[in-house]
Amino acid sequence: MPLVTLARIATARSGDKGEGSNVGVMARSEAAYAYLKSALTAERVRAHMCGLNRGGVKRYVADNLRVLNFLLEDSLGGGGSASLRTDAQGKTHGLALLRMEIDVPEDVLERTPYPSAR
Amino acid sequence: MPRKEKVLVANGQGFWGDSILGPVRLVNEGPLDYLTLDYLAEVTMSILQKQRSRNPTQGYATDFVRLVDRILPQLLEKGVKVVANAGGVNPHACMDAVMGVLEKHGAKGVRLAVVEGDDILPRLDELLAGGEELRNMDTGEPLSKVRERVTSANVYLGAFPIAEALDKGAQIVITGRGTDPGLVLGPLIHEFGWGPGDYDRLAAGTVAGHIVESGPQCTGGNYTDWREVKNLALVGYPIVEASADGSFTITKHDGTGGMVTQDTVRHQLVYEMGDPARYLTPDVTADFASLALEDLGHDRVRVRGVRGEAPTGTYKVSISYEDGWKAVGQLTLSGPDALAKARLCSDIVWARLAYDGCEFSDEERLVEFLGANTCHAGIAAAGRGEPSEVVLRLGVKGRDRSKVDRFGMELVPLVTSGPPGVTGFAGGRPKATEIIGFWPALIRKERVHAQVSVFASPH
Repeated sequence: MPLVTLARIATARSGDKGEGSNVGVMARSEAAYAYLKSALTAERVRAHMCGLNRGGVKRYVADNLRVLNFLLEDSLGGGGSASLRTDAQGKTHGLALLRMEIDVPEDVLERTPYPSAR
Repeated sequence: MPRKEKVLVANGQGFWGDSILGPVRLVNEGPLDYLTLDYLAEVTMSILQKQRSRNPTQGYATDFVRLVDRILPQLLEKGVKVVANAGGVNPHACMDAVMGVLEKHGAKGVRLAVVEGDDILPRLDELLAGGEELRNMDTGEPLSKVRERVTSANVYLGAFPIAEALDKGAQIVITGRGTDPGLVLGPLIHEFGWGPGDYDRLAAGTVAGHIVESGPQCTGGNYTDWREVKNLALVGYPIVEASADGSFTITKHDGTGGMVTQDTVRHQLVYEMGDPARYLTPDVTADFASLALEDLGHDRVRVRGVRGEAPTGTYKVSISYEDGWKAVGQLTLSGPDALAKARLCSDIVWARLAYDGCEFSDEERLVEFLGANTCHAGIAAAGRGEPSEVVLRLGVKGRDRSKVDRFGMELVPLVTSGPPGVTGFAGGRPKATEIIGFWPALIRKERVHAQVSVFASPH
Protein backbone atom coordinates (compact mmCIF):
# COMPACT_ATOMS: atom_id res chain seq x y z
CA MET A 1 0.00 0.00 0.00
CA PRO A 2 1.35 3.47 -0.83
CA LEU A 3 2.25 5.67 2.13
CA VAL A 4 0.61 9.11 1.77
CA THR A 5 -0.29 11.97 4.08
CA LEU A 6 -3.85 12.02 5.36
CA ALA A 7 -4.34 15.29 3.41
CA ARG A 8 -4.30 13.21 0.18
CA ILE A 9 -7.66 11.61 1.04
CA ALA A 10 -9.23 13.98 3.60
CA THR A 11 -9.70 17.61 4.58
CA ALA A 12 -10.09 18.93 8.12
CA ARG A 13 -11.16 21.85 10.31
CA SER A 14 -10.50 22.31 14.02
CA GLY A 15 -11.42 24.67 16.84
CA ASP A 16 -11.53 24.94 20.62
CA LYS A 17 -13.90 23.02 22.80
CA GLY A 18 -13.44 23.81 26.51
CA GLU A 19 -9.95 22.68 27.55
CA GLY A 20 -9.61 20.67 24.37
CA SER A 21 -10.21 20.91 20.66
CA ASN A 22 -12.19 19.10 18.02
CA VAL A 23 -10.86 18.04 14.65
CA GLY A 24 -13.47 17.25 12.01
CA VAL A 25 -11.93 15.00 9.35
CA MET A 26 -13.80 14.99 6.04
CA ALA A 27 -13.10 12.20 3.57
CA ARG A 28 -12.55 13.30 -0.02
CA SER A 29 -14.57 10.34 -1.42
CA GLU A 30 -16.88 7.51 -0.37
CA ALA A 31 -13.98 5.07 -0.81
CA ALA A 32 -11.74 7.20 1.38
CA TYR A 33 -14.47 7.44 4.03
CA ALA A 34 -15.00 3.68 4.12
CA TYR A 35 -11.27 3.16 4.52
CA LEU A 36 -10.74 5.88 7.12
CA LYS A 37 -13.69 4.71 9.18
CA SER A 38 -11.77 1.53 9.93
CA ALA A 39 -8.20 2.84 9.75
CA LEU A 40 -8.37 6.24 11.47
CA THR A 41 -9.17 5.14 14.99
CA ALA A 42 -9.27 7.34 18.07
CA GLU A 43 -6.15 5.54 19.31
CA ARG A 44 -4.25 6.30 16.13
CA VAL A 45 -5.20 9.98 16.34
CA ARG A 46 -4.21 10.05 20.02
CA ALA A 47 -0.77 8.66 19.21
CA HIS A 48 -0.22 11.12 16.34
CA MET A 49 -1.35 14.18 18.31
CA CYS A 50 0.36 13.32 21.61
CA GLY A 51 2.77 16.25 21.24
CA LEU A 52 -0.19 18.62 21.51
CA ASN A 53 -2.82 16.68 23.42
CA ARG A 54 -2.30 15.37 26.95
CA GLY A 55 -5.77 13.87 27.31
CA GLY A 56 -7.78 11.15 25.65
CA VAL A 57 -9.37 11.20 22.20
CA LYS A 58 -13.00 10.45 21.50
CA ARG A 59 -14.33 9.73 17.99
CA TYR A 60 -17.80 10.40 16.55
CA VAL A 61 -18.94 9.50 13.04
CA ALA A 62 -21.45 11.14 10.69
CA ASP A 63 -21.89 8.88 7.64
CA ASN A 64 -24.10 11.42 5.86
CA LEU A 65 -21.27 13.97 5.82
CA ARG A 66 -18.42 11.42 5.46
CA VAL A 67 -17.06 12.93 8.66
CA LEU A 68 -15.02 11.52 11.52
CA ASN A 69 -15.05 13.97 14.41
CA PHE A 70 -12.29 13.70 17.02
CA LEU A 71 -12.43 15.36 20.42
CA LEU A 72 -8.97 15.98 21.89
CA GLU A 73 -9.70 16.38 25.55
CA ASP A 74 -6.66 18.32 26.85
CA SER A 75 -4.98 19.91 23.85
CA LEU A 76 -4.76 23.64 24.52
CA GLY A 77 -2.45 23.91 27.53
CA GLY A 78 -5.29 25.16 29.73
CA GLY A 79 -8.81 26.29 28.91
CA GLY A 80 -10.29 29.74 28.69
CA SER A 81 -7.58 32.34 28.54
CA ALA A 82 -5.18 30.27 30.67
CA SER A 83 -3.30 28.87 27.67
CA LEU A 84 0.08 30.42 26.98
CA ARG A 85 0.33 28.83 23.54
CA THR A 86 0.34 30.70 20.24
CA ASP A 87 -2.44 28.41 19.05
CA ALA A 88 -4.58 28.66 22.17
CA GLN A 89 -7.73 27.73 20.26
CA GLY A 90 -6.53 24.67 18.35
CA LYS A 91 -7.04 26.40 15.00
CA THR A 92 -4.07 24.51 13.50
CA HIS A 93 -4.84 21.07 14.94
CA GLY A 94 -6.70 20.03 11.79
CA LEU A 95 -3.63 20.64 9.66
CA ALA A 96 -1.49 18.82 12.23
CA LEU A 97 -3.69 15.75 11.88
CA LEU A 98 -3.63 15.97 8.06
CA ARG A 99 0.17 15.61 8.26
CA MET A 100 -0.23 12.02 9.49
CA GLU A 101 1.43 9.48 7.21
CA ILE A 102 -0.91 6.63 6.44
CA ASP A 103 -0.93 3.54 4.21
CA VAL A 104 -3.81 3.78 1.74
CA PRO A 105 -4.80 1.00 -0.73
CA GLU A 106 -4.23 1.81 -4.43
CA ASP A 107 -7.89 1.42 -5.32
CA VAL A 108 -8.90 3.95 -2.66
CA LEU A 109 -6.40 6.45 -4.05
CA GLU A 110 -7.68 5.85 -7.58
CA ARG A 111 -11.24 6.58 -6.49
CA THR A 112 -10.28 9.69 -4.52
CA PRO A 113 -9.69 12.84 -6.56
CA TYR A 114 -7.24 15.41 -5.30
CA PRO A 115 -7.36 19.11 -6.20
CA SER A 116 -5.26 19.72 -9.30
CA ALA A 117 -4.17 23.17 -8.15
CA ARG A 118 -1.42 21.61 -6.04
CA MET B 1 -50.45 38.09 7.31
CA PRO B 2 -49.24 36.34 4.14
CA ARG B 3 -45.91 34.66 4.72
CA LYS B 4 -42.90 35.13 2.50
CA GLU B 5 -41.87 32.10 0.46
CA LYS B 6 -38.14 32.63 0.91
CA VAL B 7 -36.38 34.60 3.60
CA LEU B 8 -32.79 35.80 3.22
CA VAL B 9 -30.75 35.91 6.43
CA ALA B 10 -27.06 36.83 6.26
CA ASN B 11 -24.47 36.84 9.01
CA GLY B 12 -22.05 39.74 8.76
CA GLN B 13 -19.91 39.25 11.85
CA GLY B 14 -18.43 36.00 13.13
CA PHE B 15 -16.88 37.44 16.31
CA TRP B 16 -15.95 40.79 17.85
CA GLY B 17 -13.03 41.92 15.76
CA ASP B 18 -14.30 40.54 12.46
CA SER B 19 -13.99 42.84 9.43
CA ILE B 20 -16.52 45.67 9.14
CA LEU B 21 -16.50 45.03 5.37
CA GLY B 22 -18.63 41.91 5.93
CA PRO B 23 -21.86 43.67 6.98
CA VAL B 24 -21.15 46.83 4.95
CA ARG B 25 -20.89 44.80 1.73
CA LEU B 26 -23.86 42.57 2.60
CA VAL B 27 -26.23 45.54 2.69
CA ASN B 28 -24.73 47.02 -0.49
CA GLU B 29 -24.10 44.10 -2.82
CA GLY B 30 -27.41 42.26 -3.08
CA PRO B 31 -30.85 41.48 -1.68
CA LEU B 32 -31.28 40.80 2.04
CA ASP B 33 -34.09 40.53 4.60
CA TYR B 34 -32.09 40.09 7.82
CA LEU B 35 -28.56 40.91 8.88
CA THR B 36 -27.31 39.04 11.95
CA LEU B 37 -24.16 40.02 13.85
CA ASP B 38 -22.38 37.79 16.35
CA TYR B 39 -20.07 39.73 18.68
CA LEU B 40 -19.83 37.56 21.76
CA ALA B 41 -17.38 34.91 22.84
CA GLU B 42 -16.91 33.55 26.35
CA VAL B 43 -13.96 35.78 27.14
CA THR B 44 -15.83 38.81 25.74
CA MET B 45 -18.52 38.61 28.43
CA SER B 46 -15.96 38.86 31.20
CA ILE B 47 -14.19 41.82 29.57
CA LEU B 48 -17.52 43.62 29.05
CA GLN B 49 -18.55 42.99 32.65
CA LYS B 50 -15.29 44.60 33.78
CA GLN B 51 -15.88 47.62 31.53
CA ARG B 52 -19.37 48.02 32.95
CA SER B 53 -18.14 47.88 36.53
CA ARG B 54 -15.79 50.79 35.74
CA ASN B 55 -18.35 52.75 33.72
CA PRO B 56 -22.10 52.03 33.90
CA THR B 57 -22.62 53.23 30.31
CA GLN B 58 -20.22 50.60 28.93
CA GLY B 59 -20.29 46.80 28.66
CA TYR B 60 -21.53 46.26 25.11
CA ALA B 61 -20.02 45.82 21.64
CA THR B 62 -19.17 49.38 20.61
CA ASP B 63 -18.28 48.20 17.08
CA PHE B 64 -22.00 47.69 16.52
CA VAL B 65 -22.82 51.34 17.11
CA ARG B 66 -20.17 52.42 14.60
CA LEU B 67 -21.55 49.90 12.11
CA VAL B 68 -25.15 51.14 12.45
CA ASP B 69 -23.89 54.68 11.95
CA ARG B 70 -22.27 53.58 8.69
CA ILE B 71 -25.04 51.41 7.18
CA LEU B 72 -28.25 52.92 8.59
CA PRO B 73 -29.30 54.59 5.29
CA GLN B 74 -29.09 51.26 3.43
CA LEU B 75 -30.87 49.39 6.25
CA LEU B 76 -33.78 51.83 6.14
CA GLU B 77 -33.92 52.08 2.36
CA LYS B 78 -33.95 48.31 1.83
CA GLY B 79 -35.94 47.47 4.94
CA VAL B 80 -33.24 45.13 6.25
CA LYS B 81 -33.79 44.03 9.84
CA VAL B 82 -30.85 43.55 12.18
CA VAL B 83 -30.38 40.99 14.96
CA ALA B 84 -27.18 41.48 16.99
CA ASN B 85 -25.94 40.13 20.30
CA ALA B 86 -24.10 43.44 20.66
CA GLY B 87 -25.81 44.12 23.99
CA GLY B 88 -23.17 42.15 25.88
CA VAL B 89 -23.76 42.69 29.59
CA ASN B 90 -25.43 46.09 29.12
CA PRO B 91 -28.00 45.87 26.30
CA HIS B 92 -29.87 49.00 27.41
CA ALA B 93 -26.72 51.11 27.18
CA CYS B 94 -26.17 49.66 23.71
CA MET B 95 -29.77 50.54 22.81
CA ASP B 96 -29.24 54.11 24.07
CA ALA B 97 -26.15 54.48 21.91
CA VAL B 98 -27.93 53.13 18.82
CA MET B 99 -30.87 55.43 19.57
CA GLY B 100 -28.39 58.30 19.50
CA VAL B 101 -27.28 57.22 16.04
CA LEU B 102 -30.91 57.07 14.84
CA GLU B 103 -31.55 60.59 16.10
CA LYS B 104 -28.34 61.86 14.51
CA HIS B 105 -29.53 60.48 11.15
CA GLY B 106 -33.04 61.85 11.67
CA ALA B 107 -34.52 58.35 11.46
CA LYS B 108 -37.98 58.69 12.97
CA GLY B 109 -40.16 55.99 14.49
CA VAL B 110 -37.65 53.16 14.06
CA ARG B 111 -38.30 50.38 16.54
CA LEU B 112 -35.50 48.90 18.60
CA ALA B 113 -35.90 45.88 20.87
CA VAL B 114 -33.81 44.68 23.77
CA VAL B 115 -33.71 41.00 24.74
CA GLU B 116 -32.38 40.43 28.24
CA GLY B 117 -32.64 38.12 31.21
CA ASP B 118 -29.48 36.19 30.36
CA ASP B 119 -27.34 38.02 32.93
CA ILE B 120 -27.67 36.13 36.22
CA LEU B 121 -24.63 37.64 37.93
CA PRO B 122 -26.75 39.86 40.24
CA ARG B 123 -28.91 36.82 41.13
CA LEU B 124 -26.10 34.35 41.65
CA ASP B 125 -26.29 34.06 45.44
CA GLU B 126 -30.08 33.88 45.37
CA LEU B 127 -29.89 31.08 42.79
CA LEU B 128 -27.25 29.18 44.77
CA ALA B 129 -29.34 29.55 47.96
CA GLY B 130 -32.35 28.32 46.00
CA GLY B 131 -30.67 25.02 45.20
CA GLU B 132 -29.03 25.68 41.84
CA GLU B 133 -25.54 24.29 42.34
CA LEU B 134 -24.18 25.43 38.98
CA ARG B 135 -21.72 22.55 39.02
CA ASN B 136 -18.92 22.65 36.47
CA MET B 137 -20.07 20.47 33.57
CA ASP B 138 -16.52 19.21 33.00
CA THR B 139 -15.27 18.62 36.54
CA GLY B 140 -18.49 18.25 38.56
CA GLU B 141 -17.32 20.75 41.19
CA PRO B 142 -19.90 23.12 42.76
CA LEU B 143 -19.61 26.83 41.96
CA SER B 144 -19.00 27.65 45.61
CA LYS B 145 -15.36 26.68 44.93
CA VAL B 146 -14.78 29.84 42.88
CA ARG B 147 -17.81 31.95 43.86
CA GLU B 148 -15.75 34.83 45.28
CA ARG B 149 -13.81 35.17 42.03
CA VAL B 150 -16.75 35.09 39.58
CA THR B 151 -16.72 38.02 37.13
CA SER B 152 -19.65 37.20 34.82
CA ALA B 153 -22.49 34.69 34.56
CA ASN B 154 -24.71 34.57 31.50
CA VAL B 155 -27.32 32.11 30.31
CA TYR B 156 -27.40 31.13 26.64
CA LEU B 157 -30.97 32.12 25.79
CA GLY B 158 -32.75 30.61 22.80
CA ALA B 159 -34.32 32.05 19.66
CA PHE B 160 -37.93 32.60 20.76
CA PRO B 161 -37.32 35.92 22.57
CA ILE B 162 -35.71 37.23 19.36
CA ALA B 163 -38.78 36.11 17.38
CA GLU B 164 -40.99 37.85 19.95
CA ALA B 165 -39.06 41.09 19.49
CA LEU B 166 -39.57 40.86 15.73
CA ASP B 167 -43.25 40.01 16.22
CA LYS B 168 -43.51 43.31 18.10
CA GLY B 169 -42.25 45.20 15.07
CA ALA B 170 -38.59 45.72 15.93
CA GLN B 171 -36.28 46.58 13.07
CA ILE B 172 -33.16 46.27 15.19
CA VAL B 173 -32.96 43.62 17.90
CA ILE B 174 -30.19 43.93 20.49
CA THR B 175 -29.59 40.92 22.71
CA GLY B 176 -27.25 39.91 25.49
CA ARG B 177 -25.95 36.35 25.60
CA GLY B 178 -27.87 33.83 23.54
CA THR B 179 -26.94 30.90 21.37
CA ASP B 180 -25.11 31.85 18.19
CA PRO B 181 -27.49 29.91 15.86
CA GLY B 182 -30.45 31.59 17.59
CA LEU B 183 -29.60 34.86 15.84
CA VAL B 184 -30.66 33.18 12.57
CA LEU B 185 -33.36 30.89 13.97
CA GLY B 186 -35.19 33.81 15.63
CA PRO B 187 -36.04 35.57 12.34
CA LEU B 188 -37.15 32.25 10.78
CA ILE B 189 -39.51 31.53 13.70
CA HIS B 190 -40.93 35.03 13.27
CA GLU B 191 -41.30 34.81 9.49
CA PHE B 192 -42.67 31.29 9.23
CA GLY B 193 -44.61 31.08 12.49
CA TRP B 194 -42.80 27.98 13.70
CA GLY B 195 -43.85 26.80 17.16
CA PRO B 196 -41.88 25.42 20.11
CA GLY B 197 -42.86 21.88 19.11
CA ASP B 198 -41.77 22.11 15.45
CA TYR B 199 -38.57 20.27 16.28
CA ASP B 200 -37.48 19.40 12.75
CA ARG B 201 -37.88 22.98 11.55
CA LEU B 202 -36.24 24.43 14.65
CA ALA B 203 -33.38 21.99 14.11
CA ALA B 204 -33.10 23.10 10.48
CA GLY B 205 -32.94 26.77 11.49
CA THR B 206 -30.34 25.87 14.10
CA VAL B 207 -28.17 24.07 11.53
CA ALA B 208 -28.53 27.08 9.22
CA GLY B 209 -27.44 29.37 12.03
CA HIS B 210 -24.48 27.14 12.86
CA ILE B 211 -23.31 27.12 9.23
CA VAL B 212 -23.21 30.94 8.99
CA GLU B 213 -22.27 31.82 12.58
CA SER B 214 -18.55 32.16 11.79
CA GLY B 215 -19.16 34.30 8.70
CA PRO B 216 -16.83 33.45 5.79
CA GLN B 217 -15.71 30.17 7.35
CA CYS B 218 -18.42 28.55 5.16
CA THR B 219 -17.67 30.55 2.01
CA GLY B 220 -14.02 29.65 1.49
CA GLY B 221 -12.23 31.07 4.54
CA ASN B 222 -10.06 28.71 6.60
CA TYR B 223 -10.54 26.03 3.94
CA THR B 224 -8.16 23.07 3.57
CA ASP B 225 -7.80 23.39 -0.22
CA TRP B 226 -7.14 27.13 -0.04
CA ARG B 227 -5.56 27.27 -3.49
CA GLU B 228 -8.98 26.50 -4.97
CA VAL B 229 -10.55 29.62 -3.46
CA LYS B 230 -10.66 32.76 -5.59
CA ASN B 231 -10.69 36.35 -4.36
CA LEU B 232 -10.61 35.86 -0.60
CA ALA B 233 -9.90 39.59 -0.39
CA LEU B 234 -13.52 40.35 -1.19
CA VAL B 235 -14.97 37.11 0.19
CA GLY B 236 -18.76 37.00 0.26
CA TYR B 237 -20.31 36.60 3.69
CA PRO B 238 -22.86 33.79 3.91
CA ILE B 239 -26.58 34.03 3.29
CA VAL B 240 -29.28 31.55 4.33
CA GLU B 241 -32.14 31.38 1.84
CA ALA B 242 -34.78 29.68 3.98
CA SER B 243 -38.16 28.12 3.22
CA ALA B 244 -41.07 27.54 5.58
CA ASP B 245 -40.66 23.73 5.41
CA GLY B 246 -37.22 24.01 7.00
CA SER B 247 -35.15 23.35 3.89
CA PHE B 248 -32.65 26.06 3.07
CA THR B 249 -29.85 27.00 0.71
CA ILE B 250 -26.50 28.47 1.73
CA THR B 251 -25.26 31.05 -0.76
CA LYS B 252 -23.56 34.44 -1.11
CA HIS B 253 -24.12 37.53 -3.21
CA ASP B 254 -23.30 37.34 -6.95
CA GLY B 255 -19.90 38.65 -7.86
CA THR B 256 -18.38 38.32 -4.38
CA GLY B 257 -15.21 36.34 -3.70
CA GLY B 258 -14.78 32.96 -2.08
CA MET B 259 -17.01 29.98 -2.89
CA VAL B 260 -19.92 27.98 -1.53
CA THR B 261 -19.64 24.25 -2.21
CA GLN B 262 -20.70 21.12 -0.42
CA ASP B 263 -17.18 20.98 0.99
CA THR B 264 -16.95 24.56 2.25
CA VAL B 265 -20.29 24.05 4.01
CA ARG B 266 -19.15 20.71 5.41
CA HIS B 267 -16.04 22.40 6.81
CA GLN B 268 -18.21 24.71 8.90
CA LEU B 269 -20.67 22.00 9.93
CA VAL B 270 -17.87 20.23 11.82
CA TYR B 271 -16.56 23.43 13.45
CA GLU B 272 -16.68 23.18 17.25
CA MET B 273 -18.73 20.01 16.87
CA GLY B 274 -19.18 17.49 19.66
CA ASP B 275 -21.56 14.59 19.16
CA PRO B 276 -23.00 15.29 15.68
CA ALA B 277 -26.24 13.49 16.53
CA ARG B 278 -26.92 15.68 19.56
CA TYR B 279 -26.31 19.39 19.04
CA LEU B 280 -27.94 20.92 22.12
CA THR B 281 -29.63 24.31 22.20
CA PRO B 282 -32.41 25.60 24.47
CA ASP B 283 -34.80 25.42 21.50
CA VAL B 284 -34.12 21.93 20.16
CA THR B 285 -31.72 19.01 20.09
CA ALA B 286 -30.55 18.97 16.48
CA ASP B 287 -29.23 15.90 14.65
CA PHE B 288 -26.46 16.89 12.24
CA ALA B 289 -26.14 13.23 11.20
CA SER B 290 -29.62 13.37 9.64
CA LEU B 291 -29.17 16.08 7.05
CA ALA B 292 -28.33 15.92 3.34
CA LEU B 293 -26.20 18.41 1.40
CA GLU B 294 -26.74 19.00 -2.29
CA ASP B 295 -24.42 21.09 -4.44
CA LEU B 296 -26.62 23.09 -6.81
CA GLY B 297 -23.67 24.86 -8.46
CA HIS B 298 -23.14 28.63 -8.77
CA ASP B 299 -22.28 28.96 -5.06
CA ARG B 300 -25.49 27.37 -3.85
CA VAL B 301 -25.70 24.40 -1.48
CA ARG B 302 -29.06 23.04 -0.43
CA VAL B 303 -29.54 21.53 3.03
CA ARG B 304 -32.57 19.39 3.78
CA GLY B 305 -33.83 16.55 5.92
CA VAL B 306 -32.64 17.98 9.24
CA ARG B 307 -34.25 16.22 12.18
CA GLY B 308 -34.70 17.48 15.69
CA GLU B 309 -35.91 16.32 19.08
CA ALA B 310 -37.20 18.03 22.19
CA PRO B 311 -34.66 20.26 23.96
CA THR B 312 -33.39 19.49 27.45
CA GLY B 313 -34.90 21.11 30.54
CA THR B 314 -31.84 23.25 31.19
CA TYR B 315 -30.03 26.27 29.84
CA LYS B 316 -26.28 26.34 29.56
CA VAL B 317 -24.63 29.05 31.64
CA SER B 318 -21.28 30.57 30.83
CA ILE B 319 -19.57 31.71 34.01
CA SER B 320 -16.16 33.36 34.07
CA TYR B 321 -13.88 33.85 37.04
CA GLU B 322 -10.48 35.32 37.88
CA ASP B 323 -7.89 32.58 37.64
CA GLY B 324 -4.50 34.23 38.16
CA TRP B 325 -2.09 36.14 35.95
CA LYS B 326 -0.05 35.55 32.85
CA ALA B 327 2.52 37.32 30.72
CA VAL B 328 3.88 36.49 27.29
CA GLY B 329 6.72 38.14 25.42
CA GLN B 330 8.84 37.52 22.39
CA LEU B 331 12.20 38.22 20.80
CA THR B 332 13.40 37.57 17.26
CA LEU B 333 16.64 35.68 16.62
CA SER B 334 18.36 35.97 13.26
CA GLY B 335 20.62 33.29 11.85
CA PRO B 336 23.10 31.82 11.66
CA ASP B 337 22.17 29.22 14.25
CA ALA B 338 18.89 30.98 15.05
CA LEU B 339 17.31 28.04 16.83
CA ALA B 340 20.36 27.24 18.97
CA LYS B 341 20.62 30.88 20.03
CA ALA B 342 16.91 31.02 20.82
CA ARG B 343 17.31 27.98 23.08
CA LEU B 344 20.22 29.70 24.82
CA CYS B 345 18.15 32.86 25.35
CA SER B 346 15.35 30.83 26.87
CA ASP B 347 17.77 29.09 29.25
CA ILE B 348 19.27 32.46 30.22
CA VAL B 349 15.88 33.95 31.11
CA TRP B 350 14.94 31.08 33.41
CA ALA B 351 18.42 31.05 35.01
CA ARG B 352 18.40 34.80 35.73
CA LEU B 353 14.92 34.58 37.22
CA ALA B 354 15.98 31.62 39.37
CA TYR B 355 19.02 33.60 40.59
CA ASP B 356 16.56 36.22 41.82
CA GLY B 357 14.37 33.64 43.55
CA CYS B 358 11.66 33.63 40.92
CA GLU B 359 10.99 30.12 39.63
CA PHE B 360 8.20 28.73 37.48
CA SER B 361 7.25 25.06 37.19
CA ASP B 362 6.90 23.39 33.79
CA GLU B 363 3.13 23.78 34.17
CA GLU B 364 3.53 27.52 34.75
CA ARG B 365 5.79 28.34 31.83
CA LEU B 366 5.92 27.91 28.09
CA VAL B 367 8.71 28.16 25.52
CA GLU B 368 7.94 28.36 21.81
CA PHE B 369 10.23 28.74 18.81
CA LEU B 370 7.99 30.23 16.15
CA GLY B 371 9.25 29.28 12.73
CA ALA B 372 10.67 26.01 14.01
CA ASN B 373 7.54 23.89 14.31
CA THR B 374 5.75 25.30 17.31
CA CYS B 375 2.15 24.84 16.20
CA HIS B 376 2.69 21.17 15.35
CA ALA B 377 5.17 20.30 18.07
CA GLY B 378 5.83 16.60 18.31
CA ILE B 379 3.89 15.80 15.12
CA ALA B 380 6.17 13.48 13.22
CA ALA B 381 5.99 14.88 9.72
CA ALA B 382 6.36 18.55 10.64
CA GLY B 383 9.38 20.86 10.56
CA ARG B 384 12.69 19.71 9.14
CA GLY B 385 15.80 21.78 8.49
CA GLU B 386 17.31 24.86 10.13
CA PRO B 387 15.12 27.98 9.97
CA SER B 388 16.92 31.16 8.89
CA GLU B 389 15.31 33.02 11.80
CA VAL B 390 12.99 32.18 14.64
CA VAL B 391 10.80 34.06 17.10
CA LEU B 392 11.40 33.02 20.69
CA ARG B 393 8.13 33.25 22.58
CA LEU B 394 8.17 32.82 26.36
CA GLY B 395 5.19 32.82 28.68
CA VAL B 396 4.48 32.26 32.37
CA LYS B 397 1.40 32.10 34.55
CA GLY B 398 0.55 31.90 38.23
CA ARG B 399 -1.42 33.36 41.13
CA ASP B 400 1.31 35.84 42.11
CA ARG B 401 1.05 38.92 39.91
CA SER B 402 4.38 40.41 40.97
CA LYS B 403 6.18 37.20 40.08
CA VAL B 404 4.60 37.20 36.64
CA ASP B 405 5.64 40.84 36.17
CA ARG B 406 9.16 40.01 37.33
CA PHE B 407 9.45 37.57 34.44
CA GLY B 408 8.62 40.33 31.97
CA MET B 409 11.74 42.28 32.99
CA GLU B 410 14.19 39.61 31.83
CA LEU B 411 13.40 39.47 28.10
CA VAL B 412 14.66 42.76 26.63
CA PRO B 413 18.05 42.65 28.44
CA LEU B 414 19.00 39.74 26.16
CA VAL B 415 19.59 42.25 23.36
CA THR B 416 22.85 43.28 25.01
CA SER B 417 23.56 40.31 27.23
CA GLY B 418 22.66 37.32 25.06
CA PRO B 419 24.03 35.83 21.84
CA PRO B 420 24.26 38.04 18.70
CA GLY B 421 21.23 38.55 16.47
CA VAL B 422 18.59 39.28 19.13
CA THR B 423 16.00 41.82 17.98
CA GLY B 424 12.25 42.35 17.61
CA PHE B 425 11.51 43.46 21.18
CA ALA B 426 9.23 46.25 19.95
CA GLY B 427 6.43 45.46 22.38
CA GLY B 428 8.67 46.34 25.34
CA ARG B 429 8.26 44.56 28.67
CA PRO B 430 5.41 42.06 28.71
CA LYS B 431 2.96 42.92 31.48
CA ALA B 432 0.86 40.60 33.58
CA THR B 433 -2.70 40.24 32.34
CA GLU B 434 -5.54 38.51 34.09
CA ILE B 435 -6.40 34.92 33.26
CA ILE B 436 -10.12 34.38 32.82
CA GLY B 437 -11.28 30.90 33.75
CA PHE B 438 -14.49 29.43 32.37
CA TRP B 439 -17.04 27.51 34.31
CA PRO B 440 -19.66 25.90 32.09
CA ALA B 441 -22.80 24.96 34.04
CA LEU B 442 -26.48 24.16 33.64
CA ILE B 443 -29.50 25.88 35.15
CA ARG B 444 -33.14 24.77 35.16
CA LYS B 445 -35.13 26.70 32.60
CA GLU B 446 -37.82 27.77 35.07
CA ARG B 447 -35.23 29.81 37.00
CA VAL B 448 -34.52 32.07 34.03
CA HIS B 449 -36.86 34.64 32.49
CA ALA B 450 -36.12 36.28 29.17
CA GLN B 451 -37.57 39.77 28.77
CA VAL B 452 -38.28 41.65 25.57
CA SER B 453 -38.83 45.40 25.50
CA VAL B 454 -39.45 47.60 22.46
CA PHE B 455 -38.57 51.26 22.03
CA ALA B 456 -39.02 53.66 19.12
CA SER B 457 -36.95 56.59 17.98
CA PRO B 458 -38.86 59.92 18.37
CA HIS B 459 -41.19 61.07 15.57
